[in-house]
Amino acid sequence: MTKVIKLRKGLDVNLKGKPAEEIAQVKCPGEYALVPDDFTGLKPKVVVKEGDKVLVGDALFVDKLHPEVKFTSPVSGVVSLVERGDRRKLLSVRVKCDEKQEAREFDTKQDLLALLMESGLFGYFRSRPYDVVANPEDKPKAIFVSAFNSMPLSQNFEFVLKGQEEEFQTGLTALSKLAKVHLGVSAKQTAKALLEAKDCEVTVFDGPAPAGNVGVQINHVSPINKGEVVWTLGADEVIFVGRLLKTGKLDLTRTIALAGSEVVQPKYYKMLVGQKLSTLLDGQIEDNGYNVRIINGNVMTGLKTTEEGFLGAHKTEVNVIPEGDHADEMLGWIMPRFNEFSASRSYCSWLFGRKKEYKLDARIKGGERHMIFSGEYDRVFPMDIYAGYLVKAIITGDIDRQEQLGIYEVAPEDFAIAEFVDSSKLELQRIVREGLDVLRKENE
Amino acid sequence: MNPIRKFFDNIKPHVEEGGKFHAFRSLVDGFETFAFVPNTTSRVGSVNIHDAVDSKRLISFVIVALLPALLFGMYNVGYQNALAAGQLGEATFWGMFWYGFLALLPKIIVSYVVGLGIEFTVAQWKGEEIQEGFLVSGIIIPMIVPITIPLWMLAIAVAFSVILAKEIFGGTGMNIFNPALVTRAFLFFSYPSAMTGDSTVWVSQQSILGLGFTAPEAYTAATPLGEAATEGFAGFDCQTITNAITGLIPGSVGETSVIAIALGALFLLWTGVASWKIMCSVFVGGGLMGWLMQALGLTEIEWWHHFVLGGFAFGAVFMATDPVTAARTETGKYFYGLLIGVVAVMVRVLNPGYPEGMMLAILLMNLFAPLIDYCVVERNISMRAKRATKK
Repeated sequence: MTKVIKLRKGLDVNLKGKPAEEIAQVKCPGEYALVPDDFTGLKPKVVVKEGDKVLVGDALFVDKLHPEVKFTSPVSGVVSLVERGDRRKLLSVRVKCDEKQEAREFDTKQDLLALLMESGLFGYFRSRPYDVVANPEDKPKAIFVSAFNSMPLSQNFEFVLKGQEEEFQTGLTALSKLAKVHLGVSAKQTAKALLEAKDCEVTVFDGPAPAGNVGVQINHVSPINKGEVVWTLGADEVIFVGRLLKTGKLDLTRTIALAGSEVVQPKYYKMLVGQKLSTLLDGQIEDNGYNVRIINGNVMTGLKTTEEGFLGAHKTEVNVIPEGDHADEMLGWIMPRFNEFSASRSYCSWLFGRKKEYKLDARIKGGERHMIFSGEYDRVFPMDIYAGYLVKAIITGDIDRQEQLGIYEVAPEDFAIAEFVDSSKLELQRIVREGLDVLRKENE
Repeated sequence: MNPIRKFFDNIKPHVEEGGKFHAFRSLVDGFETFAFVPNTTSRVGSVNIHDAVDSKRLISFVIVALLPALLFGMYNVGYQNALAAGQLGEATFWGMFWYGFLALLPKIIVSYVVGLGIEFTVAQWKGEEIQEGFLVSGIIIPMIVPITIPLWMLAIAVAFSVILAKEIFGGTGMNIFNPALVTRAFLFFSYPSAMTGDSTVWVSQQSILGLGFTAPEAYTAATPLGEAATEGFAGFDCQTITNAITGLIPGSVGETSVIAIALGALFLLWTGVASWKIMCSVFVGGGLMGWLMQALGLTEIEWWHHFVLGGFAFGAVFMATDPVTAARTETGKYFYGLLIGVVAVMVRVLNPGYPEGMMLAILLMNLFAPLIDYCVVERNISMRAKRATKK
């Protein structure tokens, strides 16, 4: 019998513009980019020059500390730009895609870890503590995969999985050779490929966002103690592994959700990692005469970008919402504001039920304050961690306290909902990211 | 374009860095964010959408919750004045209300001008945004002092508490003690005669701008709680308790009417602005202690009479629930509230000098709130430490 874990804490925000369950193709020529910053914590070293010819699966840059961990091209073509910023920081490596795609053949008989590193897929593994790119020398106690994303406007993995069940299972079986695999499934999911997945321990999570966050699942299944390492991998990326093992070729095609209130036809698109967003967004954004915000990734955790941006390595959706910088809303602090969503009962949204869809913009809707009201984070933070105290320990730079309060178990995304509801408008994800970075430096 | 928007757009360049009126930046900023929701959008790397709630909203809802008690307090000031002059038959409802309004207005103005003046100055000096916290303290302060308090005393006390109880610690959200209660405590220890004195302080006895009445001779009226403390329970009858529930008794302006306070409490709980855990456990703690004291024969006051007398209800609803100075952990909130109730009634019954215990109970527990939280958080920490060593 599968274990079911019920979570009460959290918050589902019902946003307008959910993706319809149909898949379209987007045209794929043009430039692709692999961005080292997508692989948090990575120190990249470029291994190609502008003008070099690369195949699908050829390395573009490697981990400076572990050169065997490669980050490989999603397409074949010519390296068109090695983009550098301040202090020669590597910003991206761009590849101009050829008409005919050629892929490098990998030897699938070799050692699995070596194959993953060589093909570039190991770079998609993340490790906790710190939520950074994994270190191949670590011996993880387990690998966690979450088969659902509970954030608003996110990809429905069960839909994406259709037709790729075999690759998914192959991927899980392969991972189980590296460490014990835990698969987190939503109570709403019914697919056999998930509930009856083999070579892994399936746990069903029933609750509001952020139940789909792998960090929440780790905390309930096998919490991380000091000194332990856990690897995590996106469900889409398990399919990447399966494809590689079945065909011997790297295929970084994702089925991403284009969603949000400003999208003409929100639905799913087949897209490659690193593909230019303009190929997706062309003619897809409503023209309402105000600025929109294009988000590389999810509305809760993704990064603001432009049509010139590239699909992030780990991203499973692109969301488009109003920017809101035109609003000039008068006396908002005392008005009923029926069209705004709030978890607080000082607004009316709790009276309208869960069916009502909201069109929210990117305004912060208030000034930044010290933490005034208590218990706000705890209500939406489904782990046995005192989120407010942990954030305070990070702000004050008290490393011992951070360790005691459980910083090794969290990632910035786990604080996304707390940041959403925070009446003091603190940038929790940024604070946690910076805290993790400092701690990692300190411990190395 | 909206004319108010235009107005702010016009004056903004003058108050920016280097402008002529740069010294008023925080002031203009403060008023602008009250007029319009800021159009600032979230930065790259943080959550892209935000809940509509902000501290302004929650804090203004506390003020709304205070309105019934405030309005009733105004009426009661007029009522007590008419009673003192023996002219209750002559007085009209609106006459009494407007008299109370005029009597209270200068106190509200002084409280806000002094407190907000300091807050604006500090915000300007530190280059920060104005914080709304004092909007609540500023309206609570006139409600928890006697109506006859001289304005200069009030001004000194407000300045003392805003500077030494709040700004020194870093402003709203960082203070240890509730600023409104520090104001009251300052007045209480510095000017005891103006705070309790010979029982003439609770009733305004002069007519104001032709409204109200001038009492023919100095009128003394102790609060029922004060009477109980000095003369025992003898003077208590059903009428006194009924009056204490409706609020037609002498006392601090806002604390008298349990009905008006209950309306505010319902609003706070309905909107979720105040913690029901704290509010309820204060009453539980007070009730338990009141019952114990009565059972031990230390007092004749019924356990539930404590709720309707003095500042117990007002303190439980509006001051114990101040999120900044209360316990911040959910478990801690039960203990925090419970102990406030216990200590308040203990002070009331066992302290011979002063009949009221709510102020000291809350201030004392403000001090202990971090300790309560420490214990709760420490349990979580030791759970995690145990888990790490177990395997």
